[in-house]
Amino acid sequence: MSAITNIARASLSKDLRLEWRSKDAINSMLFFALLVVVIFSFSFDPTAEESRRIAGGLVWVAFLFAAVVALNQTWARELRNQVLDAYRVSPAPANALFLAKALGNFIFVMVLEAFMTPLFIVFYNLRALGPAYQLLIVAGLGTWALVVNGTFFAAMSLRTRSREIMMPLLLFPISIPALLAMVQGTTAILTADFSAKFWIVLLTAYDVVFTTACLLLFDAVLNAE
Amino acid sequence: MNHVSHAAATPVIVINDLVKQFDRFAALRGVSADFAAGRLYAIVGENGAGKTTLLRLLAGLTQPTRGTISMLGTTDLRSICRQVGYMAHPSLLYDEMGGMENLRYFARLYGIQDDEHCTRTIATVGLDPTLSRPVGQYSQGMRQRMSLARAMIHNPEILLLDEPFSNVDNPSAGQMTHLLTELRDAGKTIFVVTHQASQLEHAADEFVHMEAGLITRRTRELMPTETP
Repeated sequence: MSAITNIARASLSKDLRLEWRSKDAINSMLFFALLVVVIFSFSFDPTAEESRRIAGGLVWVAFLFAAVVALNQTWARELRNQVLDAYRVSPAPANALFLAKALGNFIFVMVLEAFMTPLFIVFYNLRALGPAYQLLIVAGLGTWALVVNGTFFAAMSLRTRSREIMMPLLLFPISIPALLAMVQGTTAILTADFSAKFWIVLLTAYDVVFTTACLLLFDAVLNAE
Repeated sequence: MNHVSHAAATPVIVINDLVKQFDRFAALRGVSADFAAGRLYAIVGENGAGKTTLLRLLAGLTQPTRGTISMLGTTDLRSICRQVGYMAHPSLLYDEMGGMENLRYFARLYGIQDDEHCTRTIATVGLDPTLSRPVGQYSQGMRQRMSLARAMIHNPEILLLDEPFSNVDNPSAGQMTHLLTELRDAGKTIFVVTHQASQLEHAADEFVHMEAGLITRRTRELMPTETP
C-alpha cells in the first residue's frame, strides 16, 4: 500500500511540476470556461430568481466542457517520447499512475472552479438561499465524478485515431447520473426549494462505484495493445 | 521454426517458437533461441526484420501471438521486471524536465528513494548530474545517454537497448560502447538492436542476425558485408 502511495505521490508531483511549467491544461480550461460564462451572460438576461434556477446547469456544463479540454491532455505528455512505456516496464502498479492522474486532474479542475465561481456569482447575481457549505461538498464530489471517469476514458481512447472525439463520446453518457446529481444538488442549495442531501448521497455512491471500477480495470487499459 | 542455440552456460533467456502477428503481417515468424548470461548480444538486420518487436516482447511491452519467453527461469515477465532495463528508440524521458528530475522520478517507480544513486548513475553515463536544463534541450547524444541511465537506474541483470547509437557521434558512441562492455564484464546480459553494428565489432560477444521475422544466424564476428 505504501508503494502505491509513494509512486502516486511521485507521479502527481511530476504532473503538477510539468503543469506549473507549461500551464497547458489550466490556460486552455480557463480560457474556455471564461468564454462560456461571457457567452451565456450575453445570451440570457435572467432575474436573480431565474439565475438561481438555471445556474446549476450553466455552471456544471461550463465546467464539464472545460474539464474535457484538460482531460484530453492528461495522457498527451505520456505519449510524447513514449514515456508511458517506461512506466509499463517498471514494477510500479498501474492504479498508482491512475490515482495520480485523477488527483492531478481533480486539482486542475478545482483550481478552475475556484477562479470561475466568483465570476459566475458576479455575472448572474447569485446568492445561495440554502446551506452554502453544501456547495463545496457538491463541487468536490461532482468534480471527482467527472475526472475519475474522464481520466479513465482518456486512457482508453489513447490508442484510438480520433481520441479527442472518442473521449467525450465515452465520458458524457456515463456521466449523466453524476451530472444530474450535480445540477440538482446545486439548484437545491441555491434555491432552498428542496434538500440537496439525496443528490449528495447519490454523488458519493457514484464516486465510490466508479473510482473502484476504474482502479480495478486500469491495469487492463494501460497494458492493452 | 528455427532454433538457434549458442548459449554455453545456463541460458538466461529461452525463446520458443515466438510468433508476433500485427493483423496479417507477421513481425516474428517462429523464433526459437536461447541466450547465456553475462554476454553482449548485437541484434542486427534490415528494417522490418523484427528486431524491435523481439526486444519489446522481451521487455513485456507486447504479448506474443504464439510461443513462449522464459527469462531468468520464469515465463511471467512481469514478476522479473525489476531485473530488466529497457531503452527504446524514443528517449522515454520527459522533455520538459531536467535529467536529474527525470531520473529521480523513474527511480521512485522502482522504490529507489536515494538521490545519490541517481547522481551516480548520471555520472556513470558521462553526463553532469548538476545540469538543470530540460532534456528537450539536450543534444541527441546526451539524450541517448540519459535514456541509458534511465534504463539502468535500478541496476538490472538484463539490458535491452534499441538503437542506442542512433544519431550519436562517434566519440559518444565509443563511450557508450565502453560502458556497455564494462556492464557486460560486471555480469549483465545486454541486447543491443542496432544498424551500426560496427560500433560493437570488438565489444559484442555475438551477432544475432535477423531477417524477415527470423533469426537466420548467430556469429562471433561481424560479417564483412555488414561492416560499413
